[in-house]
Amino acid sequence: MNLTTDLQGDLLVIHVMEDRIDAASAIQFKDRMREVTQTVSARVVLDLSRVAFIDSSGLGAVVAVLKAVGPVRKLELAGLTATVQKVFRLTRMDSVFVIHDQFPGALKNAS
Amino acid sequence: MVHISSSAAQIAIASNPVEVREGLRRLLGMSPLCQLSDDARGTAEIVLAEALNNIVEHAYAETAGSIEVCVQVIADHLCYQITDHGLPMPKGVLPEGHLRAIGPLEELPEGGFGWFLIRTLALDLAYQRIDGRNLLSFRVEIG
Repeated sequence: MNLTTDLQGDLLVIHVMEDRIDAASAIQFKDRMREVTQTVSARVVLDLSRVAFIDSSGLGAVVAVLKAVGPVRKLELAGLTATVQKVFRLTRMDSVFVIHDQFPGALKNAS
Repeated sequence: MVHISSSAAQIAIASNPVEVREGLRRLLGMSPLCQLSDDARGTAEIVLAEALNNIVEHAYAETAGSIEVCVQVIADHLCYQITDHGLPMPKGVLPEGHLRAIGPLEELPEGGFGWFLIRTLALDLAYQRIDGRNLLSFRVEIG
């Protein structure tokens, strides 16, 4: 599971460099997220713009990360592709996350 | 409505998550699925992935085996049939797949979305146990 991070002031942006988060990669995703979110930051934004597909295991892993980074920090999401957006919307998990339409690069001054 | 030629796609995979991923990639590249709109392909991938993941996780919880998937166009629907040789569904019926209410952060569900997604996106879900095989069928409207 290839994740890269970008610390922009108090904003930690995590880019998922994979095209899917699924049952085959959900555990690695959670493990890598646990490592990279050790970095101290006020906000954590997960860039999902390269992720074309997520299944229920992947969604469960993203929810697990939300719980792990909270309650002080909240996991925010950005760059949801159409199918990923559909999975979040149908399961109503879109109401649980702060979801940005714009890419994290544009978020720098947006908070 | 998108015109889809009346072809059928068939694959067989082994019961593990990496094979499911690879099988989905192959199937979505085959006719009729490759002819769908992006939105319809997304829906097809969600339903198929959840159905196959459930088989890997539950039917083949104790053993390994094969899963066969057949997709064909009948009238204006894509008809799916998925066969495995694993354990039967508990009590011989498909799970209800209710979405849990969204409560406080620490109680958010980290699973249990699979059957909800299948039941939301698929029509005419049917399950049969015949001669030691599980047969799951459903259809999804095209376009």
